[in-house]
Amino acid sequence: MIDLLILGAGPAGMAAAIEASRLGLSVQLLDENAAPGGQVHRNARADARGPGDIQAHAGAKLMAELAASGADCVYGATLWAIEPGPTAFYSVNGAARRVEAKRIILAPGATERALPIPGWTLPGVMGVGAAQTLLKSAGLVPQGEVWIAGQGPLLWLYAAQALAKGGRIAGILDMSDPGAWRRAVWRLPCALRKPRYLMLGLSWMRAVTKAVPVHCGRAIRALGTDRLEAIEIDGVRHAADTLLLHDGVVPNTQITRAIQGLRHEWNEAQRAFRPVLDEYGHTSVAGVMVAGDSGGIGGAWAAALSGRIAAIGAACDLGLFGVEQRDALAGPLMLQRGDELAPRGFLDTLYAPLPVPAAADTILCRCEEVTRGTIDNAAQLGCLGVNQLKAFTRAGMGACQGRTCHPLIHAAMAEARHAPAADMEAMRTRFPTKPLTIGELAALAE
Amino acid sequence: MFKRTEPTDCSITWQGQAIPARAGEPLAAALIAAGITQFRTTVVSGAPRAPFCMMGSCFDCLVEVNGEANRQACMTLVTPGMAANPMQPEVVGA
Amino acid sequence: MKQALIIGGGLHGLSTALHLARRGGWRVRVLERRHVGRHSSGVNAGGVRRLGRDLREVGLSVIAAEMWDNLPRIVGDDGGFRPFGQIKLAESDADIAKLEARQAATHARGWTHEEMIDRDEVLRLLPAVSGHVRGAMIVRGDGSANPMRTVMAFRRAAQEAGVEIIEGIAVNGIGTTGSGTLVVETDRGPMQADRVANCAGAWASGLAAGIGEHIPTNAKASMMIVTERLPFFCLPTVGSAARALSFKQSEVGTVVIGGGHQGANDIATETSSQNLMNLAKAARIAAEIFPIVAGARIIRSWTGIEARTPDEVPVIGESGVMPGLFHSFGYSGHGFQLCPAAGAAVAELMAQGSTNMPVAELSPARFQQKAAA
Repeated sequence: MIDLLILGAGPAGMAAAIEASRLGLSVQLLDENAAPGGQVHRNARADARGPGDIQAHAGAKLMAELAASGADCVYGATLWAIEPGPTAFYSVNGAARRVEAKRIILAPGATERALPIPGWTLPGVMGVGAAQTLLKSAGLVPQGEVWIAGQGPLLWLYAAQALAKGGRIAGILDMSDPGAWRRAVWRLPCALRKPRYLMLGLSWMRAVTKAVPVHCGRAIRALGTDRLEAIEIDGVRHAADTLLLHDGVVPNTQITRAIQGLRHEWNEAQRAFRPVLDEYGHTSVAGVMVAGDSGGIGGAWAAALSGRIAAIGAACDLGLFGVEQRDALAGPLMLQRGDELAPRGFLDTLYAPLPVPAAADTILCRCEEVTRGTIDNAAQLGCLGVNQLKAFTRAGMGACQGRTCHPLIHAAMAEARHAPAADMEAMRTRFPTKPLTIGELAALAE
Repeated sequence: MFKRTEPTDCSITWQGQAIPARAGEPLAAALIAAGITQFRTTVVSGAPRAPFCMMGSCFDCLVEVNGEANRQACMTLVTPGMAANPMQPEVVGA
Repeated sequence: MKQALIIGGGLHGLSTALHLARRGGWRVRVLERRHVGRHSSGVNAGGVRRLGRDLREVGLSVIAAEMWDNLPRIVGDDGGFRPFGQIKLAESDADIAKLEARQAATHARGWTHEEMIDRDEVLRLLPAVSGHVRGAMIVRGDGSANPMRTVMAFRRAAQEAGVEIIEGIAVNGIGTTGSGTLVVETDRGPMQADRVANCAGAWASGLAAGIGEHIPTNAKASMMIVTERLPFFCLPTVGSAARALSFKQSEVGTVVIGGGHQGANDIATETSSQNLMNLAKAARIAAEIFPIVAGARIIRSWTGIEARTPDEVPVIGESGVMPGLFHSFGYSGHGFQLCPAAGAAVAELMAQGSTNMPVAELSPARFQQKAAA
């Protein structure tokens, strides 16, 4: 049995593995990708230049420390279940494995919050984060009629990165609420405890607005038959072969929601569920901890700090030292984490998630092609929430298991039932949280 | 559309046609760089789909890779000579 | 109007409420702690099966089968019922002998729905089945339905018949007034009734215990696996004579695999969860019998909580300690098909105190006799 199993080699998972190894725990780190970094530090290089370079340097440093840490890193490993114990099940190259650990730190990060618009299932429409992955993993930059729509820091970072690499963007639709500044401004003093975020954001916006026409508005449709051919903004048609959408990110709670008895809470500011955690990242289930954005969006620096803090907490749990030493080790890190989280209230207010479109023909569940109208209709027939909605409409029952649509159908159901989102239970997830074949599972019974 | 900023170093096939690629990049990136817009059609309505999230989350980029069905093109890394094909509803999971 | 309270908004509660309301003269209210169809009613495997049932419940099952054939006339929808047959495979000569003995036992009682078929007929009906099968028993008119669609149909029909369904109300106990009227204690206060039905599934024996009636059940949480949508290759629902398997392809092409492999459950928190190693056994049996599914991806697995009695047949009948209270629970993982007929029987018992439906052998008295002895 190993001391500590960590899921996810993003900033939180890498930092947890480095810290835990340094403290003397035996560590196994699993990540679905072929290399560490996660989404934010994907292919991060110490010699990166241009927008996002500070992040890349931090990522490269973590990767180097991880490689030297002695942690057993298994890449290409897809975790698909956790049982009490805790015991984890994962697959590598189509072979299922089972591992018991004294502690598990889950750090599966965040996913882009889907921004549904009419026509968003057409080929050619994708996430801004997806385009950033194309840039980081394959050096692809936009050219031709590429539009970006939505809101949030990543939108501007990606646009700045793409332009710096020689890409071309036809136009940007800024969908943020022009009035949000007034609501956010009183949170500005707190945000200025860590001015770096705001300075960087403003520099990206300046660079982009110099080179790309920026429209403001909310009414956007994607048009085309077999692929995106045009977009329509406030009734005006623009040729488009690619549309990149973004509305911030949400915690990836696909695994934690499947663990029986692991409590979650609604975060109204981020309009998303997150696991209930103590300051060290302990969940309500013995042996299972969470670090990083999957416990609530805080960004890469806060994630790395929470990874280290969780590792210290785990080491104390396993008897390496007492709580006094634990608190002495973690205290300064918690103060730093507090600083990194300082701008969050400002950003969450400025970029409050966009409302789910009211148009009945807008698809909300991409896998099962369930529209807003179908969901509203189910609510009228007496459907009480997202878990019942599966039976009414199959929404959330496709291959992605609700990963993309959960925030959307949760919001739509809350609206349709005139209930506060906080009162609507989250969609239950079930293991396996990632598909594996019958044969892979069957092999475990031999 | 997207263009490459770095050179390719191998080739793979899509529906039997050779396309240039970089070993180790996501298969989805290679296909997008080659201008492929339709990765699969849905089982529900037959609508065409292409990559959406590029991080293994949305399952919209499912393709057949070297005869194996329903592989996520965004999580599958290119190896020289890799043979990929679109997923069609009638062969999903077969 | 006489007052009836039905505790539990699962299929059996809804069916009982529907049949009672249709008799006229009754105000019927269903009390559901969460939402209608929350537990096993909404998430079971959907088997509509007479095949291989315990002989004590075959009679009720045969009546239920006729009702399934007429379901659109009873509840306005067919519940997705697809009568493509239920098949129990024989994988060895011993299995053949076992199935033949079973067929003889049912035929001796006058029931002819179960039929032995040879290997060629099995392969004709199931082209994708593994070549090692030797034969099978089939009930051709059996099949499968969509559990949640069935729940919704019963819910709608019950409401149209005048039943009031109250969701989000918890029942804490049952008692009586001095004059003998029944009182159901809820978290919204006491509610009085002339008749009460206890259709509370896995929580029903707890309610019975609260009035001093010992009806032993334990909770089960049978697991199911569902795959991605596959090309259609299998119409009947398939089981095995010697191994725990329930295998069917749904109307949307997904393959649902069950068979009673148990997960964990927690009655107190109303939750259940998977046991992955048990789930692996189910996958293994499925892949051995239908090799075609070995490469299919599992999209989900799930469990639903249900009550199991020691003798694995349900408890249907009047309480031994509280006249006017009627039990209908403990369906032990195979109550889905019975719901139209069981509800009719319980409604008849509630309204007139007796029924000609074949439920005598399912009376709760069988446990009281044991407790006395």
